[in-house]
Amino acid sequence: MEIRKGIGVSPGIAIAKCVVIDSKDYRIPRRSILDSQRDKEVQRTRNAFAAAIKGLTEISSRKTIEEGKIKDIFAVHMRFLRDKAFHKRITDFIRKERVTAEFAVSTILHEIASHFEGIGDAYISERAADIYDIEKRLLTNLLGKVQEDVEHLREEVVVVAHDLSPTQTASFNRTFVKGFATEAGGRTSHTAIISRTMGLPAVVALGDLTSAVTAESMVVIDGNRGIVVVDPDEETLRQYRNYARQVSLFVHQLDELKDKPAQTKDGVKVQLLGNIEFPEESQVVRDKGGEGIGLYRTEFLYLYGGVEPTEEDHYQAYAEAVKVFGRQPVVIRTMDLGADKLPQTIRQAPEANPVLGLRSIRYCLQNLGLFKTQLRAILRASVLGDVRLMFPLITNVQELRQAKMILRDVMEDLDEYAVPYNAKMPVGIMIETPSSALTANHLAAECDFFSIGTNDLIQYTLAVDRGNEHVSLLFSAAEPAIVRILRSVIHDANKAGIGLSVCGEVASDTEYIMLLLGMGVRALSLAPPMIPEIKKVIRSVNIEGCNALARRVATLDSQRQIKNLLRDAITQALPETL
Amino acid sequence: MKGAVCEIEVEIRNAQGLHLRPAMQLVDLAGGFKSAITVSNEKDTVDAKSIMQMMKIVTPYGTKLKVRARGRDAHEALEAIRKLVEETLFGEPPPEPAAQSNKG
Repeated sequence: MEIRKGIGVSPGIAIAKCVVIDSKDYRIPRRSILDSQRDKEVQRTRNAFAAAIKGLTEISSRKTIEEGKIKDIFAVHMRFLRDKAFHKRITDFIRKERVTAEFAVSTILHEIASHFEGIGDAYISERAADIYDIEKRLLTNLLGKVQEDVEHLREEVVVVAHDLSPTQTASFNRTFVKGFATEAGGRTSHTAIISRTMGLPAVVALGDLTSAVTAESMVVIDGNRGIVVVDPDEETLRQYRNYARQVSLFVHQLDELKDKPAQTKDGVKVQLLGNIEFPEESQVVRDKGGEGIGLYRTEFLYLYGGVEPTEEDHYQAYAEAVKVFGRQPVVIRTMDLGADKLPQTIRQAPEANPVLGLRSIRYCLQNLGLFKTQLRAILRASVLGDVRLMFPLITNVQELRQAKMILRDVMEDLDEYAVPYNAKMPVGIMIETPSSALTANHLAAECDFFSIGTNDLIQYTLAVDRGNEHVSLLFSAAEPAIVRILRSVIHDANKAGIGLSVCGEVASDTEYIMLLLGMGVRALSLAPPMIPEIKKVIRSVNIEGCNALARRVATLDSQRQIKNLLRDAITQALPETL
Repeated sequence: MKGAVCEIEVEIRNAQGLHLRPAMQLVDLAGGFKSAITVSNEKDTVDAKSIMQMMKIVTPYGTKLKVRARGRDAHEALEAIRKLVEETLFGEPPPEPAAQSNKG
């Protein structure tokens, strides 16, 4: 039995045999096989060679392939694929090292290629590219087979991979795939988003996992606690089966809340909105009882195509989400990436400290072409429903004014071409830096709403990177400094009479809901699957109790005291919460 | 494999030397014989039927290589290889006279 800790990005429990998916875009990890599986892996290699030869014969016999360079390249590939010494080197490696066919192919071909690269001869060095091509050909056959198997599953499985690409996840047979565990990724990785959309448990950022499992491994994915157990012992398995039953019972109860209002026992209404990444998630938000989108992250547009998105790409993505919600609000946040995350075509020189560098609104204000394209698309979509625009990472009033000035420019452009848009579209900002939080009174005078992004606000206020395992325990919303800064922002927003919501992870943490309500928050935006649970919390509390709790928290001076008080309060109000 | 072990020395005489295309021709030719055939330069001895191994023996114009064959058709194999390398020059041109005198 092996227990691995990662980040739980989609809640739920899955227990099943695993399917391991490799990808030819990265180095295939070493994965051990049993003695009894060696013949099978050798046979798979043989089949891959045969399939590659067949494929190559078909391609090179096409009339379009003229004599010359291309034909030469195919000729080299063909001779390699028919080379018995080459074939033997791979199968010997499988037998001796007891590894998968994929790993053997990848290792041996990399060895050959680096040998060629090492020869001082330019002509031969260039042949290394051919070797990588041959590797691709073989891996396509090997991995394609696995991918096909996943598409034609007959029993329930969990998928284990280094990382999953959109194309891979799109083709999974959803009846049989029960959960995901990946080595790479974070809360906003593709796997995270897709699993939340599909409502399947997922844990990411597990480090080396694919080498710890074999095709026979039983795997438990605990998306609630971010744990993956490989080959659990009987007792662990029994515990998890019980836990899974409880979870599914609880989820079932929650689903009954879907059409009930999110209001406290004493009748105070709270608006529950969804945070989404992809337009397709809009429907999930609705299904879970969300009343709109409180945070539409638009970064996927920049990350998936490899090139800068066109105005039409933006517009289509926004229109799709807005149409799902009719007259309910959809808050679209402008591009929030660091320069380091942008596609190659628009990438810039690396920075020493990207978190404090040219990112998000700062990048947009320096790259007006990119910024205006997005603003034009958002404005065009604004006539389709209740679209609201939000600028991220604002640190002062000047930045806000500058961003709004560019928005006016774009509006004038649209006027010129008589393109319709909502001239009264609400414009708000993320409060996610101490600087904007401390000057919230000034900012509130010049925008229509705030959305508090607690993840970044905590990181910048406490100077803690929660992705850094050495300090991540210091990352807590229950720090007195965070409580005070939240209270001050909420106060400034309410005093100015502008809209206010909380869209960070705190908004989906059952322990913090009473505090947020007590401090005056009336709108929360959170990951769609969490909406029912948070609604249940809201429906179980009295606003008077929340107010008293908030007043009490304000007097405490340590994170531990605050955390304990919050935990006691919610346990009292809702004993069955998970 | 029965039969004698035979060995000859051949000299690379085409201008481009023993590169990829000539290597492929040699591999194809060697593959047609039953004998086990190896090619050696100063450093390596490789299987003449394996393109993977032959690509280790990248040799410029003028290099001498040892070709060894063992098996029933060893003689025929070596003679065919000698012809390919030294007479038909892999179907490639010899060096320009000027280049030749440079080397000389």
